[in-house]
Amino acid sequence: MSEQLKVPTMAQCMAEGRQPEILFWVGAAGSYDDRAKKITKAFVKILNKANVDFAVLGTEESSTGDVAKRAGNEFLFQMQAVTNIEVLNAYEVKRIVTACPHSYNTLKNEYPELGGNYQVQHHTEFINELINAGKLNIGKVSQFSGKRITFHDPCYLGRANDVYEAPRQLLKTLGVELVEMKRSRNSALCCGAGGAQMFKEPEKGDKDINVLRTEDALETKPNIIATGCPYCNTMMTDGVKAKDKEDSVQVLDIAELIANSQE
Amino acid sequence: MNYIPNILFALLLIAGLGFFARNVKKLIRNIKLGQDVDVSDNKSQRWKNMAMIALGQSKMVKRPISGFLHVIVYVGFVIINIELLEIVIDGLTGSWRIFSYYQELYGILIGTFEVLALLVFVSVVIFWIRRNIIKIQRFWKSEMTSWPKNDANYILYFEMVLMSLFLVMNATDIHFQLMNSGNVVSQFIAPWFSGLPETTIHIIERTAWWLHIIGILVFLNYLYFSKHLHILLAFPNTYYGKVKPKGQLNNLEAVTKEVKMMMDPNIDPFAAPPEGTEAEMPAKFGASDVQDLSWVQLLNAYTCTECGRCTSECPANLTGKKLSPRKIMMDTRDRLEEVGKNIDANKGEFKDDGKQLLGDYITAEELWACTTCNACVEACPVSIDPLSIIIEMRRYLVMEQSAAPVELNNMMTNIENNGAPWPYNQMDRLNWKDE
Repeated sequence: MSEQLKVPTMAQCMAEGRQPEILFWVGAAGSYDDRAKKITKAFVKILNKANVDFAVLGTEESSTGDVAKRAGNEFLFQMQAVTNIEVLNAYEVKRIVTACPHSYNTLKNEYPELGGNYQVQHHTEFINELINAGKLNIGKVSQFSGKRITFHDPCYLGRANDVYEAPRQLLKTLGVELVEMKRSRNSALCCGAGGAQMFKEPEKGDKDINVLRTEDALETKPNIIATGCPYCNTMMTDGVKAKDKEDSVQVLDIAELIANSQE
Repeated sequence: MNYIPNILFALLLIAGLGFFARNVKKLIRNIKLGQDVDVSDNKSQRWKNMAMIALGQSKMVKRPISGFLHVIVYVGFVIINIELLEIVIDGLTGSWRIFSYYQELYGILIGTFEVLALLVFVSVVIFWIRRNIIKIQRFWKSEMTSWPKNDANYILYFEMVLMSLFLVMNATDIHFQLMNSGNVVSQFIAPWFSGLPETTIHIIERTAWWLHIIGILVFLNYLYFSKHLHILLAFPNTYYGKVKPKGQLNNLEAVTKEVKMMMDPNIDPFAAPPEGTEAEMPAKFGASDVQDLSWVQLLNAYTCTECGRCTSECPANLTGKKLSPRKIMMDTRDRLEEVGKNIDANKGEFKDDGKQLLGDYITAEELWACTTCNACVEACPVSIDPLSIIIEMRRYLVMEQSAAPVELNNMMTNIENNGAPWPYNQMDRLNWKDE
C-alpha cells in the first residue's frame, strides 16, 4: 500500500472544531501486531475510499480490558473501561467501528453498565452498510472471483453476538466460491486464542486448538481462509504453517479482501 | 368390603409424595446457598426461552438422532402420566379404570398411551445401545465413571421396566382386553398369557399394576440423587438462563465501587468508611466454593443431565486438555451436595471441612484451559452456562490469590503500564499509520 493513508485523530478533529461521524477503534493488536497492522491499514484504505468521516484515538486509545476481564482481573478491566469511557465521552463519541471482535464485544456489551453507551459495529457490518448505501463500489469483477474461500467465524462475533451474515455477505459480493467448514456459524470451533489464551502457552493436551481448526478449514480445500479477527488471523496463519500449506493457502481478513479486490 | 388395598395405596402415596417433598425442600435449600442475583428482567424473553427450549425442545433436535428419540421419550413421559391420575383414583377408591366410563374417548386415550409406551421402550433401548454398545465418545469421557455411568443406565432400565409393566398390566386386564378398545399394543402381548388360569392372569395384572405405581413413586424419589432431575429443573433453568448476549460477562459491582472511588478525586482515601459500608463489601472476589456462586449457577448444576454435548464441542477438551465443561457442572453439584450434607449433619450450620470447589474438585489447570468461546453454552440443550463458573473461579485465582499463569501476569502488567497486552510504548500506538 503505497498511497498515503488519511488517519485523523480525535484530538486533531477537536482542534479543528469538528466532530467525526465514526470512531475507528483500532485495538491493541491492530496497533502493534505486525500482521494485524496490515488489516488496520486495509480497513483505513476502505474508509478513505468511501470518504468516511472518521477518526482514531491514536495514543489516547488503551486496551479495552477484554483480555484482562477474561483472565479474571475484573479490577484491571474496570480501570481500563472507566478510563476509556472518560476519553470517549469527552469526545462525545456516538458510533464506534472496530476490526476486532473482542473490542467489539466489550465496547458493545460490557461498557454500557459502566457509563459508556455507543453504537458499536464490527467492520464487516460497517463495510456492508457502505456498499448498501452506494458509498463503496468494489466492482463486479475482483481478483478473488471464483476463488474458494472458507470463512472462520470468530467466537466473539458469532456465538457471542450472533453476527454470522455480515462477513458472508461481503464474501458473496466479491464473487468468491464460499465453502463452509463442517463446524461453522454457531457451532464453529474456536481458533484457540480467546479468553486470554493468546498470551500464554496452552495447557497440556494432545494437539493445539489452532491446528485442529486449521484442519477443519483445509478440509474444504480453500485458496483462502477468511477471518474477521486479528487473533483468529494469527492462529490460523500459524496453523497453516504448521500444516505446511503456506504456499497454497492464504489467511486474509475480510477487510484485506475488500481493500485489495481490484489490485 | 375390603379396604386394605386402598389404605395400603394411600399410605404408599403419602410416603412417596412425602419423601419427594422433603427432597424438594432440600434441593431448594441447597440452591439458595448461592449468592442472590437479579433475574427480574426480560420476563417475556424468559418465558419464550422456557417455551422454546424446555417445552419445545428446540436445542435437543440440533442433534437429530438423539433429539428425535428424546422428543419421543419426553412426549411419552408427559402424556402417559395422564394415566397416573386414573391409577391414583382407582387405587384410592377401589374403582376399575374409572375413566373407561367414557368408553370411546378412553379407547383413544389408552391407545395413544400404549403406542407411546412402545415407542418410549424402543427409544430407551436405542439410548442404551448408543451408550453401552456403540459407546458414543461423549458418554465415555473420564468424568463418566462409577456413579454417573451407572446412574445413566439405571434410568434407562427404570424406564424400560415401567413401560413394560404398563403394557403387561393392560395385556393381563381381561376385562380391558374384552372391551377391545385402546388395546392397540397390549392385544399382541395378551396371547403370551393365554394358557394361564384366569386367577393367575389376574394376579399378574395386579402385580404389574402395583409394581408400576410403586416404580413411579420410587423413580420420583430417585430424581434427587440423579442427573435425571432435569425433567423438572429444565423448566426453571431455561427461564433463569442467560438472556444477554453470550459474549457479555457480568461486571462485578463491588469492583465498580472500588474503581469509582479510586478514580474520584473528591474522595478522601484515608477517610473512615461511613457506617455500614464494611458489611457491603463481599467476603471475597470471585468464587472458590459453591456458596460464592450465584443460585442460578447452582440451579444449573442440579439441572445438568451429563449429556456431554458441551464437552464434545469444547475446543480445549477436543484437543486433549483436562477441561470438560460437563465436569465443571458435575463437580459443582457434587460439592454442593457435600456442603448440604455437612449442614444437615451440623444442625443447619456449615462447619468448615477444609475443602472447597477450587482445588479439591476443579483444578486451576482446567480453568486456565478455557478459551471463553461459548461453545459449551451454545451446545447445552437446557441453557446451562459453565463458562460463568469458570470466569468466577478465575476471578478468585487472580484477584484473591494472584495465581494467574506467569505469562498472563506479564500481560496484565503490560496493560497496567502501557495500555496494551504487549510491552510496547503507548506513544507508539499510532505508528502503523506511517509504516
